[in-house]
Amino acid sequence: MSTAAITIAGCCVITAAIKAAGPIALGGRELPTWFTSVVILLSPALLAALVATQAFAEGDRLALDADTAGVAAGGLVIWRSGSIVGCVLAAAAVTALARAV
Amino acid sequence: MEAFRRGLRQGAPFAVAGFILAASFGILADEAGFSPLAAVIFSAIVFAGSAQFASVSIIAAGGTAGAAVAAATLMNSRFLPMSAAAGPSFTGGAVKRAAKGQAVVDASWAMSSRGDGTFDQYLLLGASAIAYVSWVTGTAVGALWGDKLGNPDSLGLDAIFPAFFFGLLLNELHTGRARGVAALGVAIALVLVPITPPGVPVLVASLASLVGLTKRARAEARERQEAEGEPR
Repeated sequence: MSTAAITIAGCCVITAAIKAAGPIALGGRELPTWFTSVVILLSPALLAALVATQAFAEGDRLALDADTAGVAAGGLVIWRSGSIVGCVLAAAAVTALARAV
Repeated sequence: MEAFRRGLRQGAPFAVAGFILAASFGILADEAGFSPLAAVIFSAIVFAGSAQFASVSIIAAGGTAGAAVAAATLMNSRFLPMSAAAGPSFTGGAVKRAAKGQAVVDASWAMSSRGDGTFDQYLLLGASAIAYVSWVTGTAVGALWGDKLGNPDSLGLDAIFPAFFFGLLLNELHTGRARGVAALGVAIALVLVPITPPGVPVLVASLASLVGLTKRARAEARERQEAEGEPR
């Protein structure tokens, strides 16, 4: 098999297994309270980490660059106006602008 | 199916952004020596943007398939806690639940969270359905006609997803505990970025949610469950 085929097959099998494990083990039943309590906090933990890494990380180093400015602008728009569409438009526009200059 | 349609609607803006990102993935895959068909198959059966970018970048830089798959695994490791969190909200037998788990991607997962520890499975499936179509078609466009598209980065569309997650995050920060957990998640992720491979910082940051095991947090979660009457 070619490198491409091995990569695709490997990624497919592993991704499917990762995504299936939780639902197979935990599906369709009543949640214990401690589980619910952790899941409620999983959203802020993961979302905050995704925002921080996508805005500040370039590979394995931290950098302030165009997309940092864009994400900050998007955050400002949603915080002041509550508009998610305005937020993403501002983020894209500011990032594009910062890259153009 | 009302919730499914709502998912399609709410997912539409991100499907548009996803289309452009997928096109840039198609371009990258082409440069890394993947045929257009291979690139489209990749998107169709893996459907995980950050992992696909990570693995193809490694191939493009001359890395082995093993290194590429390892990078993709780390990138996708966050789907383990995400799909485990959504798992109890999926109905049906084990095979059906495992299939629904394949639809867990960042944006749909976050959109379908009800904030009480449960997820709207049909909203998740709707948002992922439209994202899937745009991801696969975008990849095809990029792989086939990428040379005519110019540089997608100049449009700034890669900032759309973090900005969107930022918006969803603000909705989650109503309690002091949630704000503390978010700050802890950011701190963990940023400390780990320089010293671990991509993907690991976000996975480890998910451990910040273990704050939910404290007595006060559990008591409040119980109150919330009881206030809802029927939990689902």
